[in-house]
Amino acid sequence: MAEVNKRDIKPAKIRLKEIADKATQDAWEAKNRGEKIGWCASNFPQEIPTTLGIHVVYPENQGAAIGAKGGGQRMCEYAEGLGYSSDICSYARINFAYTDLKECPELNIPQPDFLLCCNNICNCMLKWYENLAFQLDIPLLLIDIPRLDAYECDQDRIDYIRAQFDYCIGRLEEISGKKWDEDRFKEVMAISQRSSKAWLKAVDYMKYTPSPFSGFDIFNNMAVACVARGRLEGAEAFEQLAREYEENIKNGTSTFKVKEEYRVLFEGIACWAHLSYTFKTLRNFGINVTSTIYGPAFSFLYQNLDELMAAYAYVPNCNVFEREVELRVKDAIKNKVEGAIIHMNRSCKKWSGNLYELERQLREQAGIPAVMFDGDQSDPRVFSEAQYLTRVQGLVEIMAANKGQKEEQSCE
Amino acid sequence: MNSIEMILDELRFISAHPKQQLEQYLAAGKKVVGCLPYYCPEELVAAAGMVPFGLWGAEIQVSEAKRYFPPFICSLLQTTLELGLKGEFDRLTAVMIPLLCDSLKGMEANWRYGVKNVPVITVAQAQNRKMQAGLTFTISQYRKIKKQLEELSRRPITDQAIAEAVKSYNEQRRVMRKFLAAAGKHPELISFSDRNAVVKSSYFMDAAAHTVKVRELAELLEQAAESSWQGPKVVVSGITADYRGLIKIFNDCKLAVVDDQLTQGSLRFRLDVPLTADPLVGMAEQIGKIEGCPVLFDPGKQRGHMLIHLVKQSDAQGVIFVQTKFCDPEEFDYVPLKSMLEKEGIPSLLIEADKQAANYEQARTAVETFCEILS
Repeated sequence: MAEVNKRDIKPAKIRLKEIADKATQDAWEAKNRGEKIGWCASNFPQEIPTTLGIHVVYPENQGAAIGAKGGGQRMCEYAEGLGYSSDICSYARINFAYTDLKECPELNIPQPDFLLCCNNICNCMLKWYENLAFQLDIPLLLIDIPRLDAYECDQDRIDYIRAQFDYCIGRLEEISGKKWDEDRFKEVMAISQRSSKAWLKAVDYMKYTPSPFSGFDIFNNMAVACVARGRLEGAEAFEQLAREYEENIKNGTSTFKVKEEYRVLFEGIACWAHLSYTFKTLRNFGINVTSTIYGPAFSFLYQNLDELMAAYAYVPNCNVFEREVELRVKDAIKNKVEGAIIHMNRSCKKWSGNLYELERQLREQAGIPAVMFDGDQSDPRVFSEAQYLTRVQGLVEIMAANKGQKEEQSCE
Repeated sequence: MNSIEMILDELRFISAHPKQQLEQYLAAGKKVVGCLPYYCPEELVAAAGMVPFGLWGAEIQVSEAKRYFPPFICSLLQTTLELGLKGEFDRLTAVMIPLLCDSLKGMEANWRYGVKNVPVITVAQAQNRKMQAGLTFTISQYRKIKKQLEELSRRPITDQAIAEAVKSYNEQRRVMRKFLAAAGKHPELISFSDRNAVVKSSYFMDAAAHTVKVRELAELLEQAAESSWQGPKVVVSGITADYRGLIKIFNDCKLAVVDDQLTQGSLRFRLDVPLTADPLVGMAEQIGKIEGCPVLFDPGKQRGHMLIHLVKQSDAQGVIFVQTKFCDPEEFDYVPLKSMLEKEGIPSLLIEADKQAANYEQARTAVETFCEILS
């Protein structure tokens, strides 16, 4: 019987993909039923729409999906034809193109009735959503989270976020006609905690050598951490993912299908349009990604409302630089990485603005070599295969030399 | 040389030689605090007995800053950091760095790691700036800044001192509004180059001293005979238009800038800080009311409505967007604003500018053509 059940259970990565797809499908159905649906920033407190039972979709995820499926350049060029500079974030350009075209063969999402913006990851979100609100003439609700000015989030920020949180609830009640339910809120918070803990547990298994999974899996699986963290099925799928990784550790298997020769930290958003090339190049050298910021930082852990507010200020790019460095260095050391590959992402001024210093800090504090390559999250034109390959080759040479030295030292 | 020319000459010199101005303050034993864009609470610096000094970049080439910033960060910050890394600001008591755009957020850490002997005061302001919670947050941050300034100046900052600084800055704002309005009516007397010099010098001078000069200038302009200007008239919009090469083209083309919507320009002076019992409240309220700025949250694109109003009010024929290269807030705004202007039948021109640019010949052709269209 147990064997039958085992066969019937879909692998977690399939379940996670289905959950992400279903979230979009649910939004379509809600829209077709006449409900108000929203477009939502990826790091907006999802507890609000989830508690209210309001369906939202995530333009950033759509931008990543369109990029991964090969539509990035076409959509970016279309937006540039509308007058948008190629300097602007490619997710935003893709979304502007979609807002105008209202159709995209790679992925369609329903048109919004309202917008939920949060600028904890970048102020680009602010301008992007301003433009959407103006063009579509629909309400825009902003939760403004000013970048931290100290290691800990201060009470002033917590109070400010809390006031905006409450304001958003009131406005969304008016817009959607749905009512806030404190019991449901508690339930959503509990599920969100369960999801976050399961996600952290799963990604923490990267510390094993060899890692039970390919680090690039994180790029695909994290979509659910964004779109369905407050849904029970999301929590269950992450728990299954953790169990699968445990199983891999027991069996000495991994979703990284070649021998793990090297372990690296990958800094930045994936180059979605070149996901396959960037992954295969690493794989060909036996390089597995065993550390990314999406591991430790893309969970939202809290015990009370103040901590919930603060959790949204601790997302990557909202922290003071020292905290950003610490997150990476701790993870790099814990997960025994031997080098770092840093994506200088043309789309993201916030992320890229401190990468040179981050590189120096990684070298110094984690004691690892690092290389940098130019790319973009969804605009394929910025990336060069030759540059990427050369940089990876350079890193491999250094990592190999370091390995040799360590082996010599251990023999002496 | 008439009186207008004499005052302008002085302000032209100061705007072109900020280093000399800085040296004078330091030689007089003053403590100077560098103020990066945008909306630093300068009144608090003045109330602490220190001198706020604008740091909006310089027209230089960048080399050292390339160790900190990738090339696609705006030249305002690249060149400011370059000067900092080269020790030009070593004798500043501190620099204030606001967090109103993504590049500024990166600037804060880059400065701390690169220019270690000049401490940073982070300036966080609420973007939900019209709601009470936003005001409360901005006030709380100003309180934090006040404490830091007290430590740096080693003296308490009283509410009375802040209120006095507010009054002094409000007087400067009032006088500058008067000057800018008069300058717009007299392009034959005040070129864009001079308009820019008068504005720019305000960043390097004590507010009261600047006010004295500008008050006299504004009065002289108001007495001048009515202008018979026949050339094209425009409103300039953007973060800054302080680019020598571009200004020269405006002058060469005899282009009258009859009003501006520049963050470095008239937006600095358009609104007074309300006088409130707690002066920090008024300072936060002012940020809540500023319109027309690309880096302040503007869901209804009031910037566009304001621009249309400015064009109509000043009898301008068109708008020139001076877009600082790699400034994404401006790049986002351009598309909706252009469409708003088109609906009103107002022609516009987009020019990209950069502090490191050596050549503006492409812009020259564009401005010349635009002038022909307008006339």
